[in-house]
Amino acid sequence: MKVRARDAKQAWQEEFESGPVRDDGIETSTISGIPLEPLYTSEDLPRRPEEYPGQFPYTRGIHPSGYRGRLWTMRQFSGFATAEETNRRYKYLLANGQTGLSVAFDMPTLMGQDSDAPTSRGEVGHCGVAIDSLADMETLFEGIPLSDITTSMTINSPAAILLCMYIAVAEKQGVSASKLGGTLQNDILKEFIAQKEFIFPPAPSMRLVVDSIEYCAKEVPKWNTISISGYHIREAGSTAAQELAFTLADGMAYVDACLERGMHIDDFASRLSFFFDAHIDFFEEIAKFRAARRIWARWMRERYGAQQERSWKLRFHTQTAGVSLTAQQPELNIARTAVEALAAVLGGTQSLHTNAMDEVLALPTDKAARLALRTQQLLAYETGVASTIDPLGGSYFVEALTDEMERQAEAYFKRIEEIGGVIPAIEVGFFQKEIADAAFRYQQELEQKRRIVVGVNEFTVEDEEPIEILRIDPRLESEQAERIAEVRRKRDQAKCSNALNGLRKAAAGTDNLMPYILDAVRAYATEGEIMHAMVEVFGTYTETAVV
Amino acid sequence: MPTAVRPVRIVVAKVGLDGHDRGVKVVARALRDAGYEVIYTGLRQTPEMVVDAALQEDAQVIGLSIHSGAHMTLFPAVVEELKRRKATDIIVFGGGIIPDDDITALKKRGVEKIFTPGTPLQEIVDWLRNRFPESTTK
Repeated sequence: MKVRARDAKQAWQEEFESGPVRDDGIETSTISGIPLEPLYTSEDLPRRPEEYPGQFPYTRGIHPSGYRGRLWTMRQFSGFATAEETNRRYKYLLANGQTGLSVAFDMPTLMGQDSDAPTSRGEVGHCGVAIDSLADMETLFEGIPLSDITTSMTINSPAAILLCMYIAVAEKQGVSASKLGGTLQNDILKEFIAQKEFIFPPAPSMRLVVDSIEYCAKEVPKWNTISISGYHIREAGSTAAQELAFTLADGMAYVDACLERGMHIDDFASRLSFFFDAHIDFFEEIAKFRAARRIWARWMRERYGAQQERSWKLRFHTQTAGVSLTAQQPELNIARTAVEALAAVLGGTQSLHTNAMDEVLALPTDKAARLALRTQQLLAYETGVASTIDPLGGSYFVEALTDEMERQAEAYFKRIEEIGGVIPAIEVGFFQKEIADAAFRYQQELEQKRRIVVGVNEFTVEDEEPIEILRIDPRLESEQAERIAEVRRKRDQAKCSNALNGLRKAAAGTDNLMPYILDAVRAYATEGEIMHAMVEVFGTYTETAVV
Repeated sequence: MPTAVRPVRIVVAKVGLDGHDRGVKVVARALRDAGYEVIYTGLRQTPEMVVDAALQEDAQVIGLSIHSGAHMTLFPAVVEELKRRKATDIIVFGGGIIPDDDITALKKRGVEKIFTPGTPLQEIVDWLRNRFPESTTK
């Protein structure tokens, strides 16, 4: 039999080689440049014991029941204008069947400054919701019981402050911190690497991350303290393997930092979560998700000696690739997003955000946001893809590509180690250069039409009908400034100043800063004031720009 | 020998608070490869800082990049700052996530050209060649 199978393969090979070859000049490698064979066979299957979902190394998923036990969480990232308007959008999404909240903050909030700061002009409420103090946070979750919902917050440098605001809102609702579920992005390393929303230098930034992980392990045990993110690395132009490798390397850097603090691996590892991009190259993405689980499980068990199974399991959120969307013929973005979302589901994601078709132009309208959510519901309920666990497991191609992803990631881990670790690699611009090179290479491929983006460099149309987009009222900025003024007028000023002084002193020492930040938040100190207190001690970071 | 025509110098800058520098870096590299002298300022530049850099570098062109939605405030602020510093011979172009209606408004306010997502790099180079036909590149 074996001999005949080989003969058949050889016969195919000969026919393939004498057959027609498309001469359109379009790359057959993955979008990341991994060369692909025209056909994969059982000879490409890795020799390893059969893998099962819910069992180490979790290549096939972390749950034995896959999506049969529980569907992924449909978590649409959303926030714009004021807390009041965003609160209305949340209620609208929940009423339409969304199962978790995800807060998008505006740029001033992400950069730790108040809406009335001079450098906030033109930015307030534009790419997310403006949150300046606990008062805004109370409005944001008005009428939404925090005991019944999980919330993800995409915030990094000021992450600890926003988490404290969430805890304080819960207190006011009568919900204890121990009952709160959700995720804080809190991933500062990828900010230095890719998204560049850093404020403090690396060392105090890492201290704040470890402070929040340590605090939550005791006080907010159900909270995912960090969402170690490849999304921004990928969107900045990295390849799939770079996204995978840099993200997992960041994860290990956080583990190292927590161990250095004296924490035990099994006390915090299970609250680390991940966040990946689902790009348009379908199989490469699925392979990336599968490889991520396998690598993490192995490193956690073998290198870090974690004893508990839950410490080995890589759980992740996925967002479809914003960077793959086009301003041209934007309706096509619905199709792109559906394909990307399918890759995330086949890759076994725990939660998913599907981008809206108009997000390449502005924040989504109600209608576009609903369509994006409906795309997930369609996948979950119409297509049948959630019925079988890891349906691509055993595919000659997908298994081979999963191994290739793993191999490339391991090669990067070695290079990062040779440089001395993640932070030294950031400081010499290693990641930044790798990403910029990959982005430039891809752009050149587009220019040479070796890659096609439909509607952009091929299949274009003249005179497109503009689509309706969401506009942010420019009056918002002054309204938000008035709101801060009101908070400052009404609060107990002595209590607020005392809390900020306490934080400043603690920042100069070695105490965990979370209780001090929580005090300042409860005293209605603004986000900008709390950041400022820490900047006075920690200083700020400026990167050397490399082109 | 005619007096040497100096190469066009371009200051490219990220204005505003967002740190999305993929686009600006790709454009900076492409312009440099096309023979222009490119100075990239880095992130979070205020309009004042951008104009300072352009004057110090004796640039003829300022290229601005933004992805946070603050373009209607910050792009015209750069043009205004140029007027205030009596440097209106420096031309301003920009790129980013900018809706069509805003492009018309920005042009009225003195931003010469806006490039939107999906623009081929060659189109930007061609526009500069057209705009500075008398100048050489390096």
